[in-house]
Amino acid sequence: MTATATRPSSTIFRRPKSTEGFWGWVTTVDHKKIGILYGYAAFFFFIIGGIEALILRIQLSAPDNTFITAGEYNALFTMHGTTMIFLFVMPMSAAFMNYLLPLMIGARDVAFPRMNALSWWIFVFGGIFLYSTYLFSSPEPPVGLTTIAGNLDPSELGWLARGPDGGWFCYQPNCGPFYTPGHAMDFWALGLQILGLASLISSINFIVTVFNMRARGMRLLRMPVFVWMSMVVAFLLLFSLPIIAIALFMVVFDRQFGSLFFAAQAGGDPILWQHLFWLFGHPEVYILILPAMGIVSEVLPVFSRKPLFGYAAIVFAGAAIAFLGFGVWAHHMFSSGITPVAQAAFGISTMTIAVPTGVKIFNWMGTMWMGKIRFKTPMLFAIGFLAMFTIGGLSGVTHSIVPSDWQQTDTYYIVAHFHYVLFGGSIFGIFAGLYYWFPKFTGRVMSERLGKVHFWLQFIGFNLTFAPMHWLGLQGMIRRTWQYPEEAGYGPWNMVVSAGAFIIAISIAVFIYNWVVSKRRGAPSGLDPWDARTVEWTIPNPTPEYNFAKVPVIHSLDDFWHRKYDEDDDGRAVRREDADETIRTLEEEGRNPATPIHLPAPSYFPVMMAAGVPTIFYGFIFHTSIAGKALIVIGALLSISALIGWGMEPLEEPAEHH
Amino acid sequence: MSRKGWLRVAWAALALLTSACIENAPLDIFKPKGPFAEQINDLFWPVFWVAVVIFVLVEGGILFITVVFKDRGGKEAKQIHGNTKLEIMWTVVPALILASIAVPTFRAVFDLTECGADAMPVDIIAHQWWFEYRYPNEDIVTANELVMPAGVEVCARMTSGDVLHNYWIPALNGKRYIVPGQQTVLRLQADEPGYFVGQCAEFCGLSHSLMRARAIARSQDEFDAWVAQQKTPALEPAEGSPAAAGKEEFLAGQCVQCHNITGVNEVGFDQFYGPDLTHFAGRTTFAGSKFETSAENLKTWLANPPIEKPGSFMPNLGLTEEQMDRLIAYLESLE
Repeated sequence: MTATATRPSSTIFRRPKSTEGFWGWVTTVDHKKIGILYGYAAFFFFIIGGIEALILRIQLSAPDNTFITAGEYNALFTMHGTTMIFLFVMPMSAAFMNYLLPLMIGARDVAFPRMNALSWWIFVFGGIFLYSTYLFSSPEPPVGLTTIAGNLDPSELGWLARGPDGGWFCYQPNCGPFYTPGHAMDFWALGLQILGLASLISSINFIVTVFNMRARGMRLLRMPVFVWMSMVVAFLLLFSLPIIAIALFMVVFDRQFGSLFFAAQAGGDPILWQHLFWLFGHPEVYILILPAMGIVSEVLPVFSRKPLFGYAAIVFAGAAIAFLGFGVWAHHMFSSGITPVAQAAFGISTMTIAVPTGVKIFNWMGTMWMGKIRFKTPMLFAIGFLAMFTIGGLSGVTHSIVPSDWQQTDTYYIVAHFHYVLFGGSIFGIFAGLYYWFPKFTGRVMSERLGKVHFWLQFIGFNLTFAPMHWLGLQGMIRRTWQYPEEAGYGPWNMVVSAGAFIIAISIAVFIYNWVVSKRRGAPSGLDPWDARTVEWTIPNPTPEYNFAKVPVIHSLDDFWHRKYDEDDDGRAVRREDADETIRTLEEEGRNPATPIHLPAPSYFPVMMAAGVPTIFYGFIFHTSIAGKALIVIGALLSISALIGWGMEPLEEPAEHH
Repeated sequence: MSRKGWLRVAWAALALLTSACIENAPLDIFKPKGPFAEQINDLFWPVFWVAVVIFVLVEGGILFITVVFKDRGGKEAKQIHGNTKLEIMWTVVPALILASIAVPTFRAVFDLTECGADAMPVDIIAHQWWFEYRYPNEDIVTANELVMPAGVEVCARMTSGDVLHNYWIPALNGKRYIVPGQQTVLRLQADEPGYFVGQCAEFCGLSHSLMRARAIARSQDEFDAWVAQQKTPALEPAEGSPAAAGKEEFLAGQCVQCHNITGVNEVGFDQFYGPDLTHFAGRTTFAGSKFETSAENLKTWLANPPIEKPGSFMPNLGLTEEQMDRLIAYLESLE
């Protein structure tokens, strides 16, 4: 490293020095700061997606309602789904992975810190790009056949209808150039393309980190389950994102250049799109749920004061789910007219995937069995996850009854199912994680009292919102419906559903209040607020910039626990007499590294390179104009020059005393 | 709370849950009125009860654990790491349950896929946002309502004129996509004469929610009479009647460009077209079954179709009150 250290670090900019303040955040390559940025951005989008849901629920609270127009409804449900999946749950999982993955394997950073920053900036620019459709998409009539007189004046559809309105699934040919003209769906497709790029970059980073950066003794089967699930997710991303990337380019080529991949009139195949979309889309479902499963697998043992029951079974079940997840996609298409043999095959694989999922649930119950359960807020959310995800899993099994699925599909029964999995599962898991690791981020503990208010409000609101959707769907209420007629009788229960949605909104407000207040005035957490088991709790809170003053050596699964507890003859845990002393020493040593620690230096180049990406894509959308062509060139120059600067810049800045 | 108190709560909860089912929801999937929907219904309930048992075991288990194993002080927990026998059990038992469900499921899939040899073919062409029905053997074209003989299987051969749609009459069978450029097949049969409500179930654009379907099963005699009547050209209104004036209005305006009335004008399938109106008054609904057929509803519709069905291809023709009255009189004469 001394060889590179003497070279001038950058020819374009002086290298950023400060790690504080605004520019400190912009140029940071610290995995913890990037994790926090991911978390706040994701939560911001969670609020946006939630507001979209509330508007949808006001519209559906009464029959034949006209609170919003059909065009606005279509745009809102498209953006609600897109936002919650790509701009909330995925980046929120990335936030946890960024912050915790190195800490949990005893590393000082991820394998490629600047690539990590690049992935974050591409993500945030992708989110802005996606939402900028409201500013840039021209209000063209959303229906094709413009040659025929009498189409609705687009201004009558309302401002919100300017957004992408083809559904987050973008089914062809409705989503094609003929039936959804205008630029909104281009923004959607290219926005997802940018977001996919961010995920792809971080997935590679996480895989390399897990394989190469583990502390001594951290064997693969000693890694915390959250690390395992993160790695599985990274592989899922790596294999599934290229599929959607190609498919999205086909969509954009159809829309921009008339390539006719999916245009039936020209011999294209609309069903091909569905295969490609769900071949990505179903692994995506597991990309959304596996990190939450990882979080729950951390939280349950800590608050049950027992090891995770069947650690290996849970890890292998997670991997099995990921493998099988690539073989079940066509169960989204049972009524599309695929042959009975195909339906039977995908029915079988769908049933099979229920088995490892069940294994996980039973093992989590086994973890709590005979435990000494402490009902702290993270534990409440983890138990909430277990109880609600089970319901989603059971309704999932009823979909594998293929003919029965012909009745259920495209109704609110499906909406109920996947919200039990993704809200009752992923989001409950995410909140368990936020409460659990809050001390890690801030050095304080969140208010238990407010946390419990939040949990119970969210639990009740969630069930009021999504449980009635089961019977609404089974009694024939279709999805993606702007209105339903009064005589269908869905009115009263939809009112209940809408009321539940507002209770969820209140619970989230309680959470935000709790977060803000606890961050300033919460009780100091100390090093080990939960009597935890894993290595990320062996360092002071909030995490020092260098993570580990001394890189740890790992002796067993739940290494930290075994430094605090022995077992007596009955196999019961007994706290070692020197446990308190151990914690005091860790606190002391963790704050005072024996030798200076070199950390990756901040850099301008990731944010610069990322800025080029949306610039190119804006140019691509408006490629018929001069300005568009200019943007492509500017964006490319920006990215390429950043790449060159990046290549010439050493990772670490030479210190004076070298 | 006393045991009696809990019992009362349980009863109240049960009552609430049973009342959850909406009375007479017309699209209820649990009211099959034909053999195919019946077969699906029979398949669902055993699985449902298995799911209920697992639900009670797991959720009850979680509840039990949280109550019994709450930390109340005292000695620490036994550090159990797992149990191989249990792991094998809760892998194998669910797999066996699923296998036992799989067998009847796949039998039903194969049963329900191909139309019977004696089925009566009907071609369904889906449009944004209405269903068109053509009876190839009878040479009939109609819209919105599938008229079928009770007790006879109809083999619906479906395709789309524009985007994806999905044909769904819950009382008669599950859903099937309608795909442009392809033909999908759906078996439909009603045991008894009746009126069945349906809906396009696949998102198909602005007025997706308003694209509804109806199926009307009639006794064989009534069906034959309907066929005979449908094959006749449109009724000629009496001279000087309001209906005759309406016919003049129809021919003079833009209506003729899209709507066929056999014996009056001709609109080919090779161009953009709207529903055939030859026997309009014989149908109970119009505009993709959004409206019941009545003079009042027709007036609402004709005044501004793109507002009533957002995105509708039928333009606002700027009709005056008198023009609308005349057209309605004509439409109502087209039995």
